[in-house]
Amino acid sequence: MSGKTLYDKLWEDHVVYTEDDGSSLIYIDRHLVHEVTSPQAFEGLRLAGRQPWRASRNLAVADHNVPTTGRDKGITDPVARLQVDTLDKNCTEFGITEFTMTDARQGIVHVIGPEQGATLPGMTVVCGDSHTSTHGASGALAFGIGTSEVEHVLATQCLVQKKAKNLLIHLNGQTRAGITAKDIVLAIIGKIGTAGGNGYTIEFAGVAIRALSMEGRMTVCNMAIEAGARAGLIAVDDITIDYYRNRPYSPKDSDWFMAERLWQRLHSDEDAVFDKVIEIDATTIKPQVTWGTSPELVVAVDDVVPDPTAEYDAVKRQSMLRALEYMGLKAGQAITDIAVDKVFIGSCTNSRIEDLRAAAQVAKGRKIANNIKLALVVPGSGLVKKQAESEGLDQIFIDAGFEWREPGCSMCLAMNADRLEEGERCASTSNRNFEGRQGYGGRTHLVSPAMAAAAAIAGHFVDVQQLS
Amino acid sequence: MQAFTLLTGLVAPLNRANVDTDAIIPKQFLKSIKRAGFGPYLFDEWRYLDRGEPDMDCTHRLINKDFVLNKSQYKGAEILLTRENFGCGSSREHAPWALEDFGFRVIIAPSFADIFYNNCFKNGLLPIALAADCVDGLFNELSEGYTLTVDLDAQKIIAANGREIGFDVDENRKYRLLNGLDDIGLSLQHADQIRAYEVERAKRAPWLFV
Ligand code: SF4
Repeated sequence: MSGKTLYDKLWEDHVVYTEDDGSSLIYIDRHLVHEVTSPQAFEGLRLAGRQPWRASRNLAVADHNVPTTGRDKGITDPVARLQVDTLDKNCTEFGITEFTMTDARQGIVHVIGPEQGATLPGMTVVCGDSHTSTHGASGALAFGIGTSEVEHVLATQCLVQKKAKNLLIHLNGQTRAGITAKDIVLAIIGKIGTAGGNGYTIEFAGVAIRALSMEGRMTVCNMAIEAGARAGLIAVDDITIDYYRNRPYSPKDSDWFMAERLWQRLHSDEDAVFDKVIEIDATTIKPQVTWGTSPELVVAVDDVVPDPTAEYDAVKRQSMLRALEYMGLKAGQAITDIAVDKVFIGSCTNSRIEDLRAAAQVAKGRKIANNIKLALVVPGSGLVKKQAESEGLDQIFIDAGFEWREPGCSMCLAMNADRLEEGERCASTSNRNFEGRQGYGGRTHLVSPAMAAAAAIAGHFVDVQQLS
Repeated sequence: MQAFTLLTGLVAPLNRANVDTDAIIPKQFLKSIKRAGFGPYLFDEWRYLDRGEPDMDCTHRLINKDFVLNKSQYKGAEILLTRENFGCGSSREHAPWALEDFGFRVIIAPSFADIFYNNCFKNGLLPIALAADCVDGLFNELSEGYTLTVDLDAQKIIAANGREIGFDVDENRKYRLLNGLDDIGLSLQHADQIRAYEVERAKRAPWLFV
């Protein structure tokens, strides 16, 4: 018999019951809750007269709608305020721990989970948010769910699921100096496409992945969903275990030693068989910049905007043409000739301390270009913010002309006041460049934090290594 | 949940690949704490020329006449025919809520994003994945007043000319959809097994149950 993949192991550990048709009831160890996808689920519970199955396995935070300035004044947008208030009320009513807007630990749900040790290796983690895949970086099976499923998890601590297939993305060789996790994952999506992982759980492996910090691994798994997979995974190693030592919700004392032993087995066996394996050469990856309205429309910074007429697939050609039009770009244009209006450093992809350090290193002693209307740095959580401030990063950003904000999703999806105006172009460290994502008519280019900072300084895209 | 058994409905084509959930229902509408009423804002940025806001009265808005769902021949369409990777992007269930509220009951595409696909079944919406050439064929066949019959029990699509196309659907999902069953109630029938699992798991990983 062949060995098991990491995904097989995680799945088997959580099966409560399997139906004849292969769908299983799987147990959920951690349910993260935020204000946008939960109100209808709590309402459903209330209407059915149900209580949470195990309230202590839930952790809630408001992140999508919260303002990133003037928090002491509360939320001025009445619709957003109602949603945040509703979360507060629901959590109180159902006995669920919530980091409210003014709590020092508040932040983006996918940043605070690992930061608190609330999402741990070996767990099943779900949240009504597709970027739950982030938590797979710790060797947890983590995926996004819809609101009906949020209600289902609240009521049963379980979910009905069918097992996905196993996909291994293996990076061969080490990346060049200066290449970040964001470049790696964008290059992967550029290669396999946004539907490449449909129906699979992706395990990312290879020395280039092993060399990443936990923060970097989270960036990679965060965007597994952009590659079409609900979940991304990275095997547990010493980096993982060290990261979780002494986190507030991590196991303590003898439990810790037990956990450590249990987590050591969270990797795919040598002889495990994957349904599909994709090999990627890590040595040739360059800094990446998306040029279109889907994350797969990506090229290296020293490249040019591709020519749709060279694409033989009619549907693809059509979407490339539409993307060019929406983005206001021309085929053949050098990426480094594209000027930007706004810069956003933040989101659950790139708002952890390492991301801020990387961006600050570029910004240090420099000034943002005159054509930049706004350059925002939005830390992923209150604790990231505090850490950054203790290292003086805030001052570096402020001196360079960036704005330093309170934690939240902010301009990643522009549900609060931080957004692009029609036609504005943004270098963004977030994960989605869909039409209108950062504001109606806004144009998003996805990049790494260092590349976003470099674009702010230069006023256009530039290879951060060549920034003078 | 509304059950789905058999439907003969008008087909509307949306000839785009990778239609994401932001396009299906833009994020400003996610601020609602309700489940109903998203239909008027379905594909908001494509359907209207002005910018939509929650609770807006859509009857006076600027209509984009070129957008397919605004054409009179597709009024009342219940079946949406579209291209690959439909519903990609965020997990928002507001996407199927909006499609359903607008009046769609069936979506036919070569492929769907996983979370969206899942969410459909929980809202009485049937997503059908057909081979790409088969979807191409339907696009080519489509003319004014084109209808299809979808028989979930028999797992068949029947064209007006009598041509039949079979489709796959997971047994369990089919059963739930045919009967309009509430997933939570069904899962709670296994409450004893869930408890037994928790007892076992607590032995291996006690820190999860403190
Ligand atoms: S930061 Fe962006 S992608 Fe991440 S959870 Fe918030 S809105 Fe979603």
